[in-house]
Formats: sequence, structure tokens, C-alpha cells
Amino acid sequence: MASIFEFANPKRFMNLSGAILPWLSIVCVLCLAAGLYLGFTAPPDYQQGETVKIMFIHVPAAWVAMMCYGLMAIASLLGLVNRHPLADVAAKTAAPLGAIFTALALITGSLWGKPMWGAYWVWDARLTSFLLLLFLYLGYIALWNAIEDETRAARAAAILALVGVVNLPIIEFSVDWWNTLHQGESIIRSGGPLIAGVFLWPLGLMAAGYTTLFFTLWMIRIRTEILERRARALQLGAT
Amino acid sequence: MNPFSAILFRDMRLATRAGGSAALALAFFAAVATLVPLGVGSDLKLLSRIAGGVLWIAAVLAALLSLDRLFQSDFEDGSLDIIALSPLSLESLSFAKLFAHWLVTGLPLTLLSPLLGVLFGLPGEGYVPLMASLAIGTPAVSAIGAIGAALTLSIRRGGLILPFIVLPLLAPAVIFGAGVVLAALDGLSNGAIWLLGAFSLVTVLLAPFAAAAAVRLNLAG
Repeated sequence: MASIFEFANPKRFMNLSGAILPWLSIVCVLCLAAGLYLGFTAPPDYQQGETVKIMFIHVPAAWVAMMCYGLMAIASLLGLVNRHPLADVAAKTAAPLGAIFTALALITGSLWGKPMWGAYWVWDARLTSFLLLLFLYLGYIALWNAIEDETRAARAAAILALVGVVNLPIIEFSVDWWNTLHQGESIIRSGGPLIAGVFLWPLGLMAAGYTTLFFTLWMIRIRTEILERRARALQLGAT
Repeated sequence: MNPFSAILFRDMRLATRAGGSAALALAFFAAVATLVPLGVGSDLKLLSRIAGGVLWIAAVLAALLSLDRLFQSDFEDGSLDIIALSPLSLESLSFAKLFAHWLVTGLPLTLLSPLLGVLFGLPGEGYVPLMASLAIGTPAVSAIGAIGAALTLSIRRGGLILPFIVLPLLAPAVIFGAGVVLAALDGLSNGAIWLLGAFSLVTVLLAPFAAAAAVRLNLAG
């Protein structure tokens, strides 16, 4: 069985990702196009009217934002335990993407909140925990940028990411405990989804589109970082 | 004296003597609490309602104020290298340091809080929960703060970045801590004190390991 560490070789990663990248971006564009089309042509909800369509760009952003933190923590763990530079690069490059998706979820969420709750911002449990998630991402990025030595910055940031991933469920729970106005789980629950198929299809396609978009951008960022490091090493070798 | 208590007493002496941070943290705590009525108005009914939350936020900020030097001053003058060579493990060192930090900030803040509670018109039934929540919750602030302090010890402007990376992690402490006081005012029992205790125990238990890992990587380079 091919282990993950075979792809940890930067050269092999560059070859493999170079081959995958065009296909991944095509899948991403197709999913997003189909999802957006179905989303816009979906009938208005009997309660929420046309505003329900914000869901298609809001919910996937929130999914990806959380998934990204998990992936960042896994990469951090691999970087910390196996001391592999590629894992460090993967964690470093995931953070800004996660921050963007979190911000996107917050912005679309507050735009949805205006017609639904009558205010752009309510101190609802999920909005609040997402705001805290955004601060965790920004703190992680700030720590990376503040430490000059690259390996040291990578390890410090990795520890922070792991502390964050342990604390995140506790934060989530505490904020939930504190207040909740938000609707409960409506997709993954026993007894099948509560959402009608006309909404589920575009939502699923958008989720696939956002996920592939994330992986496409992540791959591009990792490749750029590797090339940048290579260029720097060549520069140092030339002088 | 064993190495653990040597570090503990040394840190406490450094914090309480001239130029130390313990008295400053207390003064800062009182000053922040004083600014709040100036900002939100002098309505005692409102103030008594928010007293628990305000004092909790002020306590967290005051504790953070003295955290950035927790490892940094020892790192800069080289004593951290010497301590690392001693038989004391870095985990024990981190625990000694966060314990000392709690003894010189968290504990005095707890003892001062009823006085500020009076200024906020906190009703009688709120004092015991206020002090209990601060006594139980502030160790978590010192513990998570110690991780942040160890991570940022080599950064020259670490004092700016430390609160930013630590504050989101402290949200549960503030939520449960202020929740304890509010529940007491409403005559409810919402179990917040147990959740706060659990959060505090877990963070105090795990923080020395994370902080020691961070100290180790900063000493390694």
C-alpha cells in the first residue's frame, strides 16, 4: 500500500499535483456551474421565500471552513511528529484559505440573517463560534508571520493548531450552551433529511464545488510555496 | 529546596517585588472595571446584571497583561537555557510557572473581586458564585496563557500577538464563569460551575505539555 509519505517528497508531489490539478479544476467549475444553475432556478421556499437560495453559497462555505481546520491540524501533526517540510507547507497554506472560507460563511450568514432575523448580526451560537474560528485562523497566521525562522515558525504554529483543534469542540459546546437561536441539524439526522430534493441537489453540488475549489486552491498554494522555496535556495546557491 | 518549588518561589518573588507585574495586574483589573460604568452608564440595575461578565473579562485581560513575560524574560537573559539543563523537566517548569502566575494574579484578582462587585451593586447572592467562579476558572486562564507565552517567547513584539492567539481559546472560561454568576442572580442552577471546573482541570492538565513543547522548539534552533 502506498503510504502518504511517498507523496511527501516535494518532487513527487509536484508531478502528481501537476497531473491532478487540471482535472480537479474542471470538476470544480462543472459542480459550481451546475449547483449555481440549479440553485437559482430552485423554487422559493414556502417560509423563507427567495432568500433560501443564500443557503447554497452559505452552508458549503461553513463546511469547508471547518474541514480546513481539521486538515490543517492533521498536517500540523504530521509536520510536528514526522518533521516533514511538505506537511508544514500544507498547514501554512491551508490557514489563509480557511480564514477566507470562514469569512465567506460569516458574510453570507449575516446577509441571510437580515431578512430572516431582522438583523445582520445576532449573537447566535453558530455565528459566534464561527467568529471565534476566524480569530483562531488569524492568530495562527499571525504567529506564522511573527517568527522569522521558518522551521521554528512551523512547529510553533503546529502546536497552536493542535491546541486549537482540542479546544474547538469545547468552544463550540460552550457557545452552544450559552445561546442558540439557530435551527438545529436538518440534513444529517436519523429519519432522513428534512430538506426537499429540489434544495438538496443544488446544495450537494455546491458542497462538492466548494470542496474541490478548496483543494484546487490549496494545491496551487502548496505548489507556489514549494517553487518559492526552491527559487530562494537557488538564489542562495548562486551568491 | 527541590527545583520545582525553587522555580515557583523565584517566580513569585520576581512578580511581587519592585517592577513586578502582580500589583500592576491588580490595578489594571480595577481600572478596567472602573471604565465600564463610564462607558455604559451608571444605571445600577444594569450594572448589577453585567457585573459577573465585566469582572470576568477584566480578570482575563489583567491576567493576560502579565503573561507575555512568563517565559520571555528568562529566555532573553539566558536563565531558561540553564533551567533546561537542570533535572527539572520542561513540563514541570511550565507547571511551576503557570502555578506561580496564578498565585500572584488569579488568586489576588479573586480576592479583590467582591470589592468591585460592591461598586457594581452586585446583589448578595452573587458574591460567593463570583469568587468561586474566579477561583475555579482563573487557573484555566493562566494555563492557556502559558501555552501562548511559550509559543511567543522568542518574538520581540510577543506582547501584541499573545492576547490575539489566546483570547479565542479562553471563550469557554468567560462563558461558564459569567454563567455561574448570572445563574445565581436568577436563582437557577445551570451546572456552569461544573463545566467551568472541567474546563479548568483539562487545561491545567494539558497546558504544561503544550507549553513545554513550545519552549523546547524555541530553545532548539
